[in-house]
Amino acid sequence: MGATGLLVVLEAAGRTGLIDTTFLPLTSTVLGRAAELAVDGEFLGHALASLEAWFWALALTIAIAVPAGLLLGVARPAEVAARPLIEFLRPIPSVALIPLTIMIFQNPVHMRMSVAVYAATWPVLINTIYGVRDVDPLAKETLRSFGFGPGATVFRVVLPSAAPFIATGVRLAASVAIILVVTAEVVAGGIAGIGVFISTAGSGNRVDLMIAATAWVGLFGIAVNSLLVAAEKRLFRWHHSRMAGVS
Amino acid sequence: MLELVDLTHSYGAYRAIDRINLTVKQGEVVCVVGPSGCGKSTLLRSIAGLIKPSGGAVLLEGRPVESTPDNLAVVFQDYSRSLYPWLSALANVGLPLRRRGLDRKARDEAAMAALTEVGLGAAAAKFPWELSGGMQQRVSIARALAYRPSLLLMDEPFGSVDAQTREELEDLVLRVCAHHGMTILLITHDVDESVYVGDRVVVLSKAPGTVVGDLTVDLPGPRDQIRTRELDAFVKLRADVGRMVRGITTNHEMETR
Repeated sequence: MGATGLLVVLEAAGRTGLIDTTFLPLTSTVLGRAAELAVDGEFLGHALASLEAWFWALALTIAIAVPAGLLLGVARPAEVAARPLIEFLRPIPSVALIPLTIMIFQNPVHMRMSVAVYAATWPVLINTIYGVRDVDPLAKETLRSFGFGPGATVFRVVLPSAAPFIATGVRLAASVAIILVVTAEVVAGGIAGIGVFISTAGSGNRVDLMIAATAWVGLFGIAVNSLLVAAEKRLFRWHHSRMAGVS
Repeated sequence: MLELVDLTHSYGAYRAIDRINLTVKQGEVVCVVGPSGCGKSTLLRSIAGLIKPSGGAVLLEGRPVESTPDNLAVVFQDYSRSLYPWLSALANVGLPLRRRGLDRKARDEAAMAALTEVGLGAAAAKFPWELSGGMQQRVSIARALAYRPSLLLMDEPFGSVDAQTREELEDLVLRVCAHHGMTILLITHDVDESVYVGDRVVVLSKAPGTVVGDLTVDLPGPRDQIRTRELDAFVKLRADVGRMVRGITTNHEMETR
């Protein structure tokens, strides 16, 4: 509702001459451009490049952060040892690392992924650590009392028990990775990617195309987020019903 | 089949249990009763191999318990924490059977049989949070039964359910365990329950917990919630145990030491 209202107001402001349409094109113009882009092969090529970088960045993030978080959550000494390093690295804005990554990675796709992975790792890592630490000791003891060893305890109790927390971390990471992939594309340029498309449109003074492409990124973000929320609700019904019972 | 020799455990300077000696025979139902803070849970955790006692030994079927043995099952008081909410009742019961090297089908069958035995055959597909407290504890009991342990340890198993459910569960455990000839060590703070359920009642003193009484419960079986509890012998035993728990039987304490 709010979004529709804003669009209507912007359209009206443009038509009445309140806003100069060369800086902010009419809503209808932008919507038209967005629709055209959806069937534009060149734009779709850019979008696909970004999508690929995003997907692999997220996959890599999960592959790194979940096992690391599991280890740090289970082994207290490892967490104590790693904590200062994490606290030092975490506040570094990954955008500040872009110049460095440009030097390190020849391939622009790898460079974008590295920046996205760096930023997306933290929510997954931190959530995994806390999720693992939050596991009920009695749940672990129950399995141990049946004679199961530590490995089985991690896979049968700790991991499923922490899964809802990990999933929340992954959802946050998915959004962060979108932001960072597009940022890296805009800042560092390249041949393909939505960010490249946006900056090219910008230098050609095509504000309508810029906004239309940006809107697609935003829509993609919303879609991914709601998809993951729905998946969490479905997969972790046990977790949510339990939480509801507590409150 | 279970032998505790001078079992002692301290947490730092605090001694929870002190030189506990106890022998449980095959097929016996032994209730351990004591005032709160008598180290009941420490005792149970030592037997289950969940903690390493500071002194003495636990022998299960003649072998010393070092890590968690696989011929023993525990039913904890807190069923809501001890059942896995992400698994159905059937999967909860079947999970420990992985230790028995059974395939999926055999596990499901054994789990289903155990659930049916505790009257929950129809709820096999339900998740723990869809079941009432009493039903959840039934699932825990089924999980222990399906595992076919030599020794079943129960830690205040009926402490978190209402009075009526409690009676139902007491009778359920007695019936099912008699059927399987299972050996049970049940830990409780409820004097009445210890006499009703046990073939023997072992009384622990206040911390540091040590054995201050060991009574044979000579009541006719099968037990009945109304008739057993109105027997003179039951009333007398309950009074005896009650006094010991409160530490009134100084003379008896001297004798057993």
